[in-house]
Amino acid sequence: MNVVNSLPSPSFVKKLTQYFLALSLLCISVTSLTTHAQTIDSTPDGLVQAIVNDVLNTAKSDKDIQSGNINKIITLVDQKIVPYSDLARTTQLAMGRHWSKATPEQQKLIIGEFKLLLIRTYAGALSQVKDQTVQLRPFRMNPEDTEVVVRTQVIGKGDPIQLDYRLEKTANNVWRVYDLNVLGAWLVEAYRGQFNNQISQSGIDGLITFLQERNKTLSKAR
Amino acid sequence: MQIKNNVMKINQNRFFLTIQRLGLAFLTLALVSCATIPEGQVRIKKDPWEETNRTVLSFNDNLDDYIIRPVTKVYEYVLPSVVRTAIRNVFSNIGDVYNSVNNLLQGKPKAALDDLVRVVVNTTIGLGGIWDAASAAGVEKHSEDFGQTFGVWGIPDGPYMVLPLLGPSTVRDTVGWFFDIQTDILIKQIDNIPLRNSTTGLRIIDQRAKYLGSSDLLESAALDKYSFIRDAYLQRRRSKLYDGNPPMMEEEDEENTPDYSTENKRIR
Repeated sequence: MNVVNSLPSPSFVKKLTQYFLALSLLCISVTSLTTHAQTIDSTPDGLVQAIVNDVLNTAKSDKDIQSGNINKIITLVDQKIVPYSDLARTTQLAMGRHWSKATPEQQKLIIGEFKLLLIRTYAGALSQVKDQTVQLRPFRMNPEDTEVVVRTQVIGKGDPIQLDYRLEKTANNVWRVYDLNVLGAWLVEAYRGQFNNQISQSGIDGLITFLQERNKTLSKAR
Repeated sequence: MQIKNNVMKINQNRFFLTIQRLGLAFLTLALVSCATIPEGQVRIKKDPWEETNRTVLSFNDNLDDYIIRPVTKVYEYVLPSVVRTAIRNVFSNIGDVYNSVNNLLQGKPKAALDDLVRVVVNTTIGLGGIWDAASAAGVEKHSEDFGQTFGVWGIPDGPYMVLPLLGPSTVRDTVGWFFDIQTDILIKQIDNIPLRNSTTGLRIIDQRAKYLGSSDLLESAALDKYSFIRDAYLQRRRSKLYDGNPPMMEEEDEENTPDYSTENKRIR
């Protein structure tokens, strides 16, 4: 009798099992989350490889994207690439010495508009990708590096196209893309002269207006 | 020997005639119209001839809008992509001959050999260059021209210039281009003038077809098309000179380089 009493009640066993089940599920999801983070953006070359594969695979399996539906491609860029980039830094570098002259509100506006323009341009470039493959070029870095360049080559018909990514290690120990090199020209460098020109012509507000109008025209054109 | 000398003389005469004609074309252009530099435009040291260059760019744009682009669109519409690829491959194969020469002149024997192997493989197995068999087999192409060769030899690039029809260039690259055409088999070895002209025409259309998509992109991405093309061209040529690994710019070029020094004021 005593023995029977000392056994835990069936309801308690059930609760315990549920508890363990929940705990193990939690453990699994936490591990998968952390390993997930480790495979995606803990190394710069791994990040570039992952983004490229993800984007190309999605593009290949989506008929709308293949037929050049620009809005769909913009969504793709927004979801797959933008989260792993630091476009605020891109904007800041492209602004150069003018950055500190802009008020925080102006900075915010410029980042927003430039981001729109870049997404649209990148999507436009992506819409022309057909049957191409991307090859990572040999990459090495020192463990203490916080700025690296990952080189890739787009192989299609004709000459291979050079496409390099400049990445930074953020405070959270993850890597973010902030500059691109297409065929030997860095994006930040190419826009630096453009921004400088526009600002010297019509000031920082002039640049903002210009970018806003350009984005408006581009979104209407589609 | 006598005959050879005569041939050389004729070639030389042709060379000077080309220069004369181009010079004349330039002069006419410079006289005919004057594009103005937008007010407040930041001038860079590399571009002292900006006004003329802008004029030539707008001339090229007009030529493109009214002739080259429409013809290219028809070309893309009429010919199936297999045929267009074959045409592109043939031109690319012929181009590998002087890529090889230039790699050799730049002291890159491995690249020169690669290009030579490409020519041999593509001309034979690739049926006269129609099929790029060498690329399929993994033999890389190394595009080089005389402009780059001179750069490797230490000759400075000089001011930026926009050439009629040919587009962005520098003084060095323009001189290099004259050497390019001297070694160009399709221009030098075809004596039948109509055939030569149509080959050149086809080559221009093939080149344009390559960039049909990207030129629209450029229009929408650039704030000022002229300076965007200029800055990108100068950067790209510099990068090609170092085979994709250019060293950091020196202080005097700061106008053209991004400033990575404001790191500490980074925003999040």
